[in-house]
Amino acid sequence: MAESVIRLEDVWKIYHMDEVSVPALSGMNIDIKKGEFVAVVGPSGSGKSTTMNMIGCLDIPTKGKVFLEHHDISKLSESNLAQIRGKKIGFVFQTFNLIPTLTALDNVMLPMTFQNIPREERLKIAKNLLVKVGLGHRVGHLPSQLSGGEKQRVAIARALSNNPEVILADEPTGNLDSKTGEEIMKMLKGLNKDGKTIVMVTHDTDLTKYAKKVIHIKDGKNIND
Amino acid sequence: MIRDFIGYGISNLRRSGLRSWLTMIGIFIGMASVVALISLGQGLENSINEQFEAIGADKIIVQSKGIFGAPTTEVESLTEKDLKIIENTNGIVDATGYIIDTAKLEFNDIVRYFVLVGIDNEDELIKEIYSYDIEEGRNLKKGEKFKVVLGNDFFKSELFDKKLKLRDTILLNDIEFTIVGFYETVGNQIDDRNVYVSYEVAEDLYDKEGEYSFIFAKAASDTIPEEAAERVEKEIRDDRGLDEGNEDFTVQSAKDLFESFATILNILQIFLIGIAGISLVVGGIGIMNTMYTAVLERTKEIGVMKSIGAKNSDILMIFVIESGILGFVGGVIGVILGVGFSKMVEIIAANAGYSIIKISFPPFLIIGTLIFAFVVGSLSGLIPAYKASKLQPVDALRYE
Ligand SMILES: Nc1ncnc2c1ncn2[C@@H]1O[C@H](COP(=O)(O)OP(=O)(O)O)[C@@H](O)[C@H]1O
Ligand SMILES: [Mg+2]
Repeated sequence: MAESVIRLEDVWKIYHMDEVSVPALSGMNIDIKKGEFVAVVGPSGSGKSTTMNMIGCLDIPTKGKVFLEHHDISKLSESNLAQIRGKKIGFVFQTFNLIPTLTALDNVMLPMTFQNIPREERLKIAKNLLVKVGLGHRVGHLPSQLSGGEKQRVAIARALSNNPEVILADEPTGNLDSKTGEEIMKMLKGLNKDGKTIVMVTHDTDLTKYAKKVIHIKDGKNIND
Repeated sequence: MIRDFIGYGISNLRRSGLRSWLTMIGIFIGMASVVALISLGQGLENSINEQFEAIGADKIIVQSKGIFGAPTTEVESLTEKDLKIIENTNGIVDATGYIIDTAKLEFNDIVRYFVLVGIDNEDELIKEIYSYDIEEGRNLKKGEKFKVVLGNDFFKSELFDKKLKLRDTILLNDIEFTIVGFYETVGNQIDDRNVYVSYEVAEDLYDKEGEYSFIFAKAASDTIPEEAAERVEKEIRDDRGLDEGNEDFTVQSAKDLFESFATILNILQIFLIGIAGISLVVGGIGIMNTMYTAVLERTKEIGVMKSIGAKNSDILMIFVIESGILGFVGGVIGVILGVGFSKMVEIIAANAGYSIIKISFPPFLIIGTLIFAFVVGSLSGLIPAYKASKLQPVDALRYE
């Protein structure tokens, strides 16, 4: 059995809105092993994004534990979380979320900037990554000058820049046409083949064919169990 | 890292274009006024100091009270007797007096009025105080009759629809005088339009035998000029039988005179810079407002940056640097405008005949202003930046 990278153990996330409490997660258990390609699927509102936030250390649970490489991160400060996120996890979002004022190259360099990597090195890595995702000719372009598929490829290059353990993708093809979406999925699949752990969240059951393992969630719970 | 944040800040400010410029107006108006006021004030102070040094710290000026130029029959004028008293006062080594009055000049059928100075050019003390050179012709001799020397403006400008030249004859108080010389410019138009005759001629012209409008005295090098001035005051007071505080004359050391100038100038400067300072505060509030808007607009971006590893301190720094740049660029423009404005004042003043205003831009003023502008900008951005840094990544990411 492969080593566990991220593990959610009876994780609860409860949002308090006025009088009512909305449980987004109610006892979520997930164990993600090194080298896996996991698809987390479920209907809208089932808690996929919230699960993703937990896995990505973007949020801390109301109750329960989140382990990243066996360290409990539920007690860490925001700054420590940021540091861990930056190093261990790469995000790919449905809406790309590139920084609009920065060029493709600068966008890819940004996560490394936050890790205080020297400029020369950042430049070299970022250029290589853009070549790798097939955008060697677009390094100086602003996001507004790129197509949706190109933006998502820049986002993937950015997610890879600190050479993280895990790539987290939240509906990565949600804003793309099916052909471009397929390209992106193939790219993720290729990364997995090269050894990256990938967790993808989607409501599109079609995409599960790219994954090695599928986790179905409903009402904030893993219903595979 | 700072370098990257600066680049990021600049590109964001460019993205907000017009809003950034409008925000900077607030800062650069304040900065421009501060720079202009300080440099003009400094320039004025420097030229006052120059004049002070030209006259010398050891000089004492005695004059009658009463408004200059007005017929002052009630006011006792200074006399030869006063001059003797002053000369004999302990600590005074030399004294001399001269007459100032209004001169009616007629030339080319045009009549104009100027200030006349009746002066003994051969007196050592006058030479020391009135150290200007003759540009054309020669100076007056002691007691020389029907000869006049004029200020530079008569030579350079067409005050009588044409320029005057040497050996021209003009009517001075209806008496014919010949021009024998012109002074070099002294740097202000008022004195460049003075009319000079010998003291004796002025005595006759104005029927002021043995009288003086001003008496200049020189303190000995081993006395303190202000103390000598007090002794002069006491001697004349005693002679005239007046009580202290009721003098009909004033005695001032050159230092007193210039210090009172400097004090007025300083008060004025502090007042004006205070007003300019208020506009800086307003500018700072403008920056704060703009940064609040920027934080709100870029909430999602902040979430994205946090998700890719930005710590709270990184976000704080990004926004503080951005508002610092706003302040700094505002400062640069402000310095340029301020320098330009005071240069303009200098040139306009010089064209109007007042070349005494020599503005100065000490480097500390320029550098200090720019640092100050950056600090004002950063401080104004601090609260919005802090707010940005405290955003929860999940909440920020969900923001649309
Ligand atoms: N910040 C929040 N405040 C209140 N309710 C939230 C918040 N985030 C998510 N929820 C609620 O939690 C539930 C799960 O949301 P989410 O994880 O986004 O679902 P999914 O991504 O599967 O559509 C939903 O009912 C949603 O309305
Ligand atoms: Mg979702």
